[in-house]
Amino acid sequence: MEKTPEQINQDLLRPLYHASWRFYLTLVILGSLVAAAFFAWGYQIYNGIGVSGLDRPVFWAFYITDFVFWIGISHAGTLISAILRVSNATWRRPVTRCAEAITVFALSIGAMFPLVHLGRPWLFFWLIPYPSERGIWPQFRSPLLWDFFAINTYLIGSVTFLLLPSFPDFALIRDRASGWRKKVYGIASLGWRGTPKQWHRLEMAMRIMAVAIIPVAVSVHTIVSWDFAMAPVPGWHSTIFGPYFVAGAIFSGIAALIIAMALLRKLLHLEEYLQPIHFENLGKLLLVMSLLWFYFVFAERLTTWYGNFPSEMAVFWVTQSGRFSKLFWTMVFCNFIIPAPILAIKNLRAKIGWTVVASIPIVVGMWLERFLIIVPALSHKYLPYTYGTYKPTWVEITITVGTFAGMGLLFLLFSRVFPIISIWELKLGGQKKPEAAPALASQEVAAEQP
Amino acid sequence: MKAIYGLYPDPESAQRALNVLERAGSDLGFKDRDIAVLSAEPYEEYGFGQLDHKTRMPWLAALGGVVGGLSGWWFVSFAQKSYPMISGGMRLVTKWPDGIITYELTMLGAILTTLITLLITSRIPDWRGRKLYDPAISNGKILIGVTNPPEKARDELEKRLRAAGAETVKEFAR
Repeated sequence: MEKTPEQINQDLLRPLYHASWRFYLTLVILGSLVAAAFFAWGYQIYNGIGVSGLDRPVFWAFYITDFVFWIGISHAGTLISAILRVSNATWRRPVTRCAEAITVFALSIGAMFPLVHLGRPWLFFWLIPYPSERGIWPQFRSPLLWDFFAINTYLIGSVTFLLLPSFPDFALIRDRASGWRKKVYGIASLGWRGTPKQWHRLEMAMRIMAVAIIPVAVSVHTIVSWDFAMAPVPGWHSTIFGPYFVAGAIFSGIAALIIAMALLRKLLHLEEYLQPIHFENLGKLLLVMSLLWFYFVFAERLTTWYGNFPSEMAVFWVTQSGRFSKLFWTMVFCNFIIPAPILAIKNLRAKIGWTVVASIPIVVGMWLERFLIIVPALSHKYLPYTYGTYKPTWVEITITVGTFAGMGLLFLLFSRVFPIISIWELKLGGQKKPEAAPALASQEVAAEQP
Repeated sequence: MKAIYGLYPDPESAQRALNVLERAGSDLGFKDRDIAVLSAEPYEEYGFGQLDHKTRMPWLAALGGVVGGLSGWWFVSFAQKSYPMISGGMRLVTKWPDGIITYELTMLGAILTTLITLLITSRIPDWRGRKLYDPAISNGKILIGVTNPPEKARDELEKRLRAAGAETVKEFAR
């Protein structure tokens, strides 16, 4: 039976008003892990960056892996949501807000890592282009500065993309709430009333934003890849790094989105709204990205192997059969051998549990991929006497675990403040089309005139 | 502001009411621009959802992009010329890397212009709450009414709004 607007409102606003003890327990566990991560960071700030495992020649490791990983995860949302909007995929409606929220949170977590990675984080403002009193402007030829512009543009765009379609839903909450909630949502809704002009402007703005945000998202991860590809480090200086990173980002992003949706579906009892078809469609996208990821990995390795440069081959062999080989083959299993068959079989892909089973290893595998791009290359640069090794310390591990908990925590809090599914867009999807669009009286009169 | 309006349960009856009001305007002494339509979702397939369909937003977004891009290019060039680093005879203002920042600021310009255009043309934020509104809209009702109607036409308007299928007809004054 089709739900009435009132029933939809009640179902989707329920998580804002009621939470079970499980919710609070999860909140406490995740909050504790985040607090542990902040403690570890504080410990590092107090004692210096030496408490991490970073040492010559491996100066980029866990933190930069986390940075690239979370920026990649951020591609789940805005990019996927924008592509589905532009292609007018109607099944997107219950998915988009969840996806857009992932982008904002993952991007915020990812953007924190350059600060965590700084030995003296209080000097972070040196990253910002400004004419300092020393007369030194930032180096515009550095990909690190391109990151600053790209990530901030994407963050501003993603926050806007998340907030714009939220105004009508905030207005809906305002109308039904009382007390402080009414005041807060009244302010957040910006006085939205729902005139035809407002609706038309909002939809036009969303269309423009969707078109604008796709190239921004692509540029962000391309620029992150250039942090590596612009450096003459064996294994990094590659022309396909841009598309390779973008494909990997979308791949890990979709996997994260599926996991987040499955958890929210269960926790917030949204079974009627997040249906198997949504997971199956995302599973199809995930399968395509898994194949694409394998294609890029193969192309990248084959070209290196054919070139046979000694410095490149040192990195190649250390990942294929050397010290990092266990991680490499785990990555291949996680990103391709486990998920591809699951997602290729329709009967499995159609089941939510199986899409989640395929997605979890992908998140692990993509984190490993980022690690394997960074650490083996830095520990095997050109001359064997510069070879080194890297072992993470408890500080880096705690901070990394804390960011995963942080993502979960932000998402849980988000679900208590925002309707996790865009209510008006969902209703719009169920709107009956008029058999023949009734014309305006003025149009009827005009049509009657000879 | 004063208004009289009806709340309609479905878009068909709302469309009927709008047609009635458009026809009645000249008889009862109000203009088309006095007709108010409010809904909790867009009804683009219906005439009442198409009352406002012209906007220069895409052009303004493009203009914002051009302004953003030019500002980005100027900013980067100005910065590089202001601190002439020793570059071994190579160009100080480097087109390829500067193009990346120009590109990002072009997109940022377009995004911010879209946002600002939306806020200005939709007349939000507006927290005063003086404009016509009814919270029943959020339960799926569609509001069709006339703002500042002539006093003598009130009874007739109420009759016609009810005849078009209004569940309730109310007056608004603030």
